[in-house]
Amino acid sequence: MGSIVHFDNVGLRYGTGTETLSDVNFTLASGGFYFLTGPSGAGKTSLLKLLYLAQRPSRGAISLFGQDLTNLKRAQLPPLRRRIGVVFQDFRLVPHLSAFDNVALPLRLAGTQEREIAAPVNEMLAWVGLSERSNARPATLSGGEQQRVAIARAVIARPDVLVADEPTGNVDPEMALRLLHLFDGLNRLGTTIVVATHDMHLIGRIASARMMRLDKGRLSDPTGELRHPPRVADMAP
Amino acid sequence: MSTSPPTAASRRVLPEGRFAGPMPWVIAIMLCLAVLAAAAGLAIAHATTALQGTLAGRVTVQIVEANPDVRARVRTAITRELRRSDNVSQVTEIGDADVRALLTPWLGEEGLDSELPVPALIDVTLIDARPAAVAAVAQSAKALAPNARVDRHADWLGPLGGLLDTLKWLAVGLVALTAAAAAAAVILGSRAAMDQHRATIDVMHLMGASDRQIARLFERRVAQDAISGAALGFVAAIGVLIIVGWRVQAVGAALVDAGTLGWADWALLTALPVAGVGLAIISARITVLRSLASIL
Repeated sequence: MGSIVHFDNVGLRYGTGTETLSDVNFTLASGGFYFLTGPSGAGKTSLLKLLYLAQRPSRGAISLFGQDLTNLKRAQLPPLRRRIGVVFQDFRLVPHLSAFDNVALPLRLAGTQEREIAAPVNEMLAWVGLSERSNARPATLSGGEQQRVAIARAVIARPDVLVADEPTGNVDPEMALRLLHLFDGLNRLGTTIVVATHDMHLIGRIASARMMRLDKGRLSDPTGELRHPPRVADMAP
Repeated sequence: MSTSPPTAASRRVLPEGRFAGPMPWVIAIMLCLAVLAAAAGLAIAHATTALQGTLAGRVTVQIVEANPDVRARVRTAITRELRRSDNVSQVTEIGDADVRALLTPWLGEEGLDSELPVPALIDVTLIDARPAAVAAVAQSAKALAPNARVDRHADWLGPLGGLLDTLKWLAVGLVALTAAAAAAAVILGSRAAMDQHRATIDVMHLMGASDRQIARLFERRVAQDAISGAALGFVAAIGVLIIVGWRVQAVGAALVDAGTLGWADWALLTALPVAGVGLAIISARITVLRSLASIL
């Protein structure tokens, strides 16, 4: 498998404060499944922001899809962003759009014909168990339902990379497992998955996944040899 | 599975609603003022043109002579002399009775004693009204009557023409100012809308929306507001113009009548709301694109 993301000595600083991320080096293989763990405030969300191109690094170099992002112009970012699906920790659904239209948004932005939108969107809503809530606005959905809409929106366009920040934080264990299987299915189709989570039980569910641990802004595996997560059977209940 | 097709409205990422904010009303007021100013400017321009056309080449020869017989003889001689000139298209003698009729409003019937000497007047229309041609007329008249005086009508009404010209440019300035004010309102409205929907813009960016795609959302919203506002403002302005038109007809003065708007003028006025909507859309586009350029 070739590499799809490469971080080389990356640092991130907001304003004039201390570095949120320091000396981050890693490579993600195309088609890999990665869990990003670490305590709160370790820099997981900041690292994901760099991955989904919401931030530029303060130093170091990032390569994505074989392109060096250091000198990439703004106008060159949208095509790259369309290849990345993002599940935000706070969902970030568009409040004026129904669940259907929120999920359809990436397809419409990519210029998909209207007649080709309904079927995949309805299928995806069915997959996340929200067929009956298709016309509901985000404000009328529960936290878990909003999260499922956000996940459906992130995967609808079959991204090359899926970045998810605590994607199962607001759903029950059964739905969490179901969503993880959705990610796994996407991964089998070739999508590179990066999931930030605290849920060690969830991590053990994907045997082929690798784990990255962040601590105080530093990747605690400086060799770059990312460890496989423990299997469920090895973990205490 | 729910498969109800999404409506066009539900696909709009930004909420839309007619007359939902101050923007349509501001545009309506500005457009109404712009149309009224433009109509006034066009009317004044027509009046100025008519005035210049009426006065161009018109001169009056005035013969001051106390003896009525001599006065009449000199008037006839000068008239005959002027009619021989190639540069004179029309010569009209103003009789004493007509001159007295002109003076009656100022002197009254009693003041116009039959013994009161009045000047003899000759109304002349020149083909070429340049100063040299007017000087030639004066020379011809003075050769027969040294006291003769030649007055260009344009000299009398020159200040009025200048005033009308100033008013015309003032109207043009008002149209430009209202357009600038409307554009400023659109810019402020677009910025406010961007601040209001910043979270949505960020999400769209992160999903791969280009600046142009996001700008189009705001353009669409501004276009709806501008079309509603421009239509309202235009109808209001037309209503005012119709009322003013009735009043002008009642006045019946030649100069005011000359300011009547023609089909070309109405076409120009009708183009103003279209131009206003275009200006609003372009202002919104530039504002949004410039603001987006500061976001990663």
